[in-house]
Amino acid sequence: MIEGLTPELALGLTLLLPGLGALVIGVADRFPNIRETASLLIATALCGTVVWLLMNYLAGATAQLRVVQMLPGLPISFFVEPIGLIFALVASALWIVITVYSIGYMRSKNYPHQTRFYICFALAMASTMGIAFAGNMITLFLFYEMLTLSTYPLVLHHETDAAKRGARIYISVLLTTSILFFLPAIVWTWWIAGTLDFTPGGILTGKIEGPQAAILFALYLFGAGKAALMPFHFWLPAAMVAPTPVSAFLHAVAVVKAGVFTVLKVGIYIFGVGFLSETHASEWMIWVAAVSLIIASFVALRKDELKARLAYSTIAQLAYVTLGVSLASVMGMVGGVLQLVAHALGKITLFMCAGAIYVASGKRNISEMRGLGRLMPFTFGAFLLAALSIIGIPPSGGAWSKWFLMIGAADSGQQVMIGVWMLSSVLSVAYLIPVVARGFFLPLQGEKDRPQPQGQEVSTISQLRVREAPLWCVVPACITGVLSVLIYFVGPAIAEFVLPVLGP
Amino acid sequence: MVMEYNFILAHYNYWAVMLLMAVGFYVVVSRGNLIKKIVGLNMFQVSVFMLYISIGKVTDGTAPILTGKTEVFSNPLPHVLILTAIVVGVATTAIGLALAVRIHESYGTIEEDEILVIDRTLEQQDARAQ
Amino acid sequence: MMLAHLPVLEVLVPLAAAPLCALLRRPLLAWGVVMASTTFALGGSLVLLFQVLSNGVISYHIGDWAPPWGIEFRLDAANSFVLVLVSLVGTMCAIYGRKSVEREISPEAQPLFCTLLLLCFAGMLGVTSTGDAFNLFVFLEISSLSTYVLVAMGASRDKRALTAAFTYLLVGTIGATFYVIGLGLVYALTGTLNMADMALRITDIGDSSTLRVGFAFIIIGFGLKLAIFPLHQWLPNAYTYAPSMVSAFLAGTATKVAVYASLRFLYTVFSPNLHFDAQVLQTLFLPLGLAAIFVASGVAIFQSNIKRLLAYSSVAQVGYILVGVSFANITGLTATFLHLFNHAIMKSGLLLAVGCVVYRTGSCSISTFRGLGHRMPWTMAAFVIGGLSMIGIPATVGFISKWYLVLGALERGWWPVAFAMVAGSLLALIYFGRIVEAAYLQPSPEGNKVTEAPLSMLAPLWVLTISCLALGINSEFTVSSARAAANALFFDPHPGLSMQVGP
Repeated sequence: MIEGLTPELALGLTLLLPGLGALVIGVADRFPNIRETASLLIATALCGTVVWLLMNYLAGATAQLRVVQMLPGLPISFFVEPIGLIFALVASALWIVITVYSIGYMRSKNYPHQTRFYICFALAMASTMGIAFAGNMITLFLFYEMLTLSTYPLVLHHETDAAKRGARIYISVLLTTSILFFLPAIVWTWWIAGTLDFTPGGILTGKIEGPQAAILFALYLFGAGKAALMPFHFWLPAAMVAPTPVSAFLHAVAVVKAGVFTVLKVGIYIFGVGFLSETHASEWMIWVAAVSLIIASFVALRKDELKARLAYSTIAQLAYVTLGVSLASVMGMVGGVLQLVAHALGKITLFMCAGAIYVASGKRNISEMRGLGRLMPFTFGAFLLAALSIIGIPPSGGAWSKWFLMIGAADSGQQVMIGVWMLSSVLSVAYLIPVVARGFFLPLQGEKDRPQPQGQEVSTISQLRVREAPLWCVVPACITGVLSVLIYFVGPAIAEFVLPVLGP
Repeated sequence: MVMEYNFILAHYNYWAVMLLMAVGFYVVVSRGNLIKKIVGLNMFQVSVFMLYISIGKVTDGTAPILTGKTEVFSNPLPHVLILTAIVVGVATTAIGLALAVRIHESYGTIEEDEILVIDRTLEQQDARAQ
Repeated sequence: MMLAHLPVLEVLVPLAAAPLCALLRRPLLAWGVVMASTTFALGGSLVLLFQVLSNGVISYHIGDWAPPWGIEFRLDAANSFVLVLVSLVGTMCAIYGRKSVEREISPEAQPLFCTLLLLCFAGMLGVTSTGDAFNLFVFLEISSLSTYVLVAMGASRDKRALTAAFTYLLVGTIGATFYVIGLGLVYALTGTLNMADMALRITDIGDSSTLRVGFAFIIIGFGLKLAIFPLHQWLPNAYTYAPSMVSAFLAGTATKVAVYASLRFLYTVFSPNLHFDAQVLQTLFLPLGLAAIFVASGVAIFQSNIKRLLAYSSVAQVGYILVGVSFANITGLTATFLHLFNHAIMKSGLLLAVGCVVYRTGSCSISTFRGLGHRMPWTMAAFVIGGLSMIGIPATVGFISKWYLVLGALERGWWPVAFAMVAGSLLALIYFGRIVEAAYLQPSPEGNKVTEAPLSMLAPLWVLTISCLALGINSEFTVSSARAAANALFFDPHPGLSMQVGP
């Protein structure tokens, strides 16, 4: 293929490229066109590198990198494995989309500090790649914290009082959970297992048992605060003060995905599926996740602000992954991985649509969006596709993850959880579909009160001056919307791809 | 009872040292006048000098000068140590007094409670400047 | 030849250079002497550390008088590590000092300031090197007496420096005198002043009430010097009103040296094998350390003077060190030494950053920090990195310390302590968060023309900041040195006796 490019080099490049990108963007501060071209180029190059790594992996070439000894016996190391590859692929592909979208959104809104915005994006991407390819827990933790820090300026972007408050909650919850729970869990693991390397089948077998294992598992799950398990979820709604591209980035590309990815890694490579199911260490976390899931869905129902509704929907959808891991069955884990992919595509679309609606009409609340669908058919169409995927109606990406998760629940004898998922699907229909339905079928706001002769409607629309959002915003949303459906057809392939590392 | 009486008598140097130490310490803590504090500090230090000198004494021992006539000497090392400690003590007193003079120059008083009042008003000024 | 006498030259060169500064009477020359001698000490201490790590203990007999009669400079992994720490911070502060002190002290007083600085520096190196308990007292007082005056020199900016120095003098002298009392009692019992020899004899004599009283006096004496909570009352004022450079220097060295000295007594002279020693560790150091972490951090949150805030944070960090000591296992001691070093780097760095702000604005209240993130980007960036390190974010040295502290607690099976320590670091998040928000999110006051600090101040600041990051990403050097130091104290306090004290 490409001369001189070894898998090791490519692995290093995935980490260096976004960092380099941040540098270039910083240098090109005064030239928005160059800055944004550079962002796009770097994003594309990164995605290309990840795809190249994936192709190599499929051809049987893995890669490993050890950088420095952070602590004696604990190097900063990276390696390529299926789940990390999937996460990296999703994140880097969506980075391109979100960059395109950001360019449209940020330019149309004419926000200040755009250079800082793109730099932080690139740094956050570098951290995400670090998380995806981390070879041991300490490396993952390092990049996990870097991700928190690099996204803080993004959440803070508007620098209003509300933004400051939101960003403060964001960083304090994430740092608190990671220092208070995650760090002790890692030290504990290191102490009993003598290693933190991600090993298929886990590293804890025979080293810890009973309630202690359950406590350790809970520490990890709550410690990965980015996974937004209740009661440490409130940073996610708080972070909604950020510009929409950032929300999309937090929800779909990097932050929450890094959280659930950590949960998956812990379940698969630290505990191991077999060990988890033997010790029942994760059993009570099933209930925590289920409660989190149901409550978040109900809260989502009650939110009128579209972004807040989507935020709570994210909390619910992420609990799927935690629940899937806690089920301690192979199928549950597969479901978790698929959910990560499907939710990423679906949720990024929903957020981009929410942003597009805001850019086009200035409206944030669902109650004000009546009839907008007819004015912005592409945006609302993409929204519908993504909503279907989130709900899990076949043929859409979400269907496979639900399918595997339910099989997982049946495998581990937790039939009640199937009920939980059905309830949650019903709830997600209830909180997502009305947005689209109102958009398409209800009359525009302000139309209802006055008599409606046939000719009047046009003038109302022109009066409101609502048109489809700029192309830069709509096209990415449509692409991911379509993708979130198409992913249905590669679902089984993804499952095949990750199965080998899940053990017998 | 006699036993204890003897015990107390035999260790009279320790009692004296402890008394001096306690008095010195009390003066440092309780007096508000900076000079008196330094006096107390000196008493406190002197008590330690006494402790060292007295434990260096050997019964019937003489000054440790090798004359060939006597064989029992007092331990000379504590004396040497205390010579050093006295120097340290003098230096401390000197700095303490110098500070007291400077404090008197800038605060116009060497009474601790008056200094505290001035410090507090300064703090309030700081807080107001915020 | 030179190399053989390095242990004593290490102390002697700064000591001899001190009066030279006073004689030179020209600030520039005096600062030259300070920089030269601190740099010499830094180089020397690195050479000594590598010698000790490869060849074992160095015993230097002053005037060729053999111990236990003569004074011995005894360098093992523990104190040569502390030597590196002290001379590193000293050198950085010396480079930084010329510009910083220029603003705060009149030119005539500057050579005298240099004299005191070198005396203080030499005293600390002496305390660290010496193997003689009384010699330790003398060096301790050399450094303390000069420290009092250094603190008082802040009076040209704020007269409260004088009262702070006076309080420090009273407390410091009482502490030193307590130490001498304790030493006198132990001397009466053992008849020796050489620490290694003393340890041997104490093992022979065993437990007695005299020994206990002596021990108690010594520990309380050091406790005052190292600001064990609640004996820390002198510290916040002293750090707040001292000249900026002195605060940074003291924060990095003074308490660290006192911690080292008390470790030497807790582990070498006495040993945790003695019942009361272990008792003190567990029933005194552990609760006091934890109390320090929470109370002092809690107080720090409400400070509006940044130097005072950092001073309280120092008291809290001493708490971490004490908790590490109280584990009485190798990991705990490794954590202690690591945190000694790491905290010195980050706290000195933070105070140097504050010094830069003082240099430009003349004040260090939180309101002057408003908008500085844009006006003094390099200074504030260093400050933020220091703050992250205090919180314990990975890739900074603070994380490495915290890792070993938690590991030590787990090894002891002390779960709640492990959690208390990580929870304590969240308090640091609050008080650093406040400053960072002020610096980056609040607009600077109207007409503020503050610019970046001069290069000679930024350079040492960034040396510390970069080492804070570099040693956080690759901690092999610090961890292996700290582990060697811990081993030196724990397993082999005095060669020939290791059979009895071994693991």
